Amino acid sequence: MDLVTPGIGLIFWQVIAFLVLLFVLKKYAWKPVLNAIKSREERIKGALASAEEAKEEMKKLKADNEVIIKEAKDERNKLLQEAREIKSQMIEDAKAQAGIESKKMIESAKLKIESEKDAAVSEIKKLVAVFSVDIAEKILKKELDDKKEQQALISSSLKDLKLN
Amino acid sequence: MINFRKFVVNTGWILLFLFTSVNFALASEKEHSEDSSNEEFDARSFILDHVKDSHEWHIATYTSHGEEKHLNVPLPVILYSNNSGLSIFMSSKLAHGHTYKGFKLEEEGEYAGKIVEITESEGEENILIPLDFSITKTVFGMFVSVIIVLWLFLSLAKSYRKSGVSEPKGLQAVLEPVVLFVRDDIAKLILGKDHYEKYLPYLLSAFFFIWINNILGLIPVFPFGANVTGNISVTLVLAVFTFIVTQISGKKQYWKHIVATPGVPFWLAPVMIPVEIISLFTKPFALMIRLFANIVAGHMSLLTFIGLIFIFKSIYVAPGSIFFVLFMYTIEILVGFLQAYIFTILSAVFIGQAIAEEH
Repeated sequence: MDLVTPGIGLIFWQVIAFLVLLFVLKKYAWKPVLNAIKSREERIKGALASAEEAKEEMKKLKADNEVIIKEAKDERNKLLQEAREIKSQMIEDAKAQAGIESKKMIESAKLKIESEKDAAVSEIKKLVAVFSVDIAEKILKKELDDKKEQQALISSSLKDLKLN
Repeated sequence: MINFRKFVVNTGWILLFLFTSVNFALASEKEHSEDSSNEEFDARSFILDHVKDSHEWHIATYTSHGEEKHLNVPLPVILYSNNSGLSIFMSSKLAHGHTYKGFKLEEEGEYAGKIVEITESEGEENILIPLDFSITKTVFGMFVSVIIVLWLFLSLAKSYRKSGVSEPKGLQAVLEPVVLFVRDDIAKLILGKDHYEKYLPYLLSAFFFIWINNILGLIPVFPFGANVTGNISVTLVLAVFTFIVTQISGKKQYWKHIVATPGVPFWLAPVMIPVEIISLFTKPFALMIRLFANIVAGHMSLLTFIGLIFIFKSIYVAPGSIFFVLFMYTIEILVGFLQAYIFTILSAVFIGQAIAEEH
């Protein structure tokens, strides 16, 4: 057989064999193989993407945490500040309150003293009246006895009275 | 990677070219000197008989009781002639120039190597050439490799069905990179990611058919070693398949380019149209010749190195020959892959030109 002359028999068999090969492989080999490779590639791609996503998420979470911590710190500082303010306010208030209270107490004490004094005075007056009556009685009794003595008694009684 | 590939390709080519030319020179020189002494070793037929197709599979020649005997695997002969219709028989019936049912395997002359039908009418011998659909050595070898390719990839598909999307193991780990190479570095690269999927089954099938055949052609043991991809009929069919796929997928732009090449004045059309039409056919023709010639040249150079031992009739040539044969073998393994790659990528390029949109 010649080297460079195509033969009909070989062409015939080659066409049949290659067509069989092509169709069988296309249906039963290339399709499942390529699909499997493709789905694996997609899965790897997906896994990589989700890993990247998780990383991003992580970063975000970290940032969020920092923000939260910062907010908490601020909050704490604010609270402390407020507490301090309240404390000084309270002290201030208490001081003022105490001042008012003591003033009131002094006032009431003064009033009491006044009223006590009035009462005492009125008591004295009463006593004076009683004494006066007594004195008068004694004077009247003495007048009946001795004029001089009467005078001395009155003046001494009055002296006593003045002392009161 | 690309540079490395380029480097390998270039070195491969240079070495292949150097060695084949040296071999041919040596072989032809020796042939001449041999003609004078006649008899003895016929390098020309030794080489050609190996690379050409035949109706039987010659395994070995041995001598017993002073007689030369051939160990052959007979192959089915299928003939169709207008005279006697369809006849099927084993090639052993035609061995040693025997005539069977009027059929004879010519050994020399005009029809050497062909089966002829001899009919007698009115005492005159007529020679008819029947249509020969025999399962020849090449056809048989090709069937073997088709079965191997089918087995390889059907079991690959099965293992994918079993393992799902887990990492490749075993056969997958071997074949998947090659499948991905064809997909990514040939189909996707040339055809673009929108069109490649449609042509991928053809490109993959062609690639693996050629590659596996190239490799099997290097195994010198029955039922391998048939020169399948180094047979012009086989490469013709492959090239025609690419041609058909290209023409079927041809878009408007492709045909417009043929009838009215852009940038060429209209009065050149009578010249340009035939040129364009011829170019349609030169592309697959080049595909056919390239694969055929490369593989044949490889086989021939291998055989030449072996033949040198017999030409020099010296055992001392053998170590050198064997060294060069081993050297050529490694190159041939590379060339086997390379030619499959070149055929596939050029097919993809031709298809890519046909499906290119207006730009």
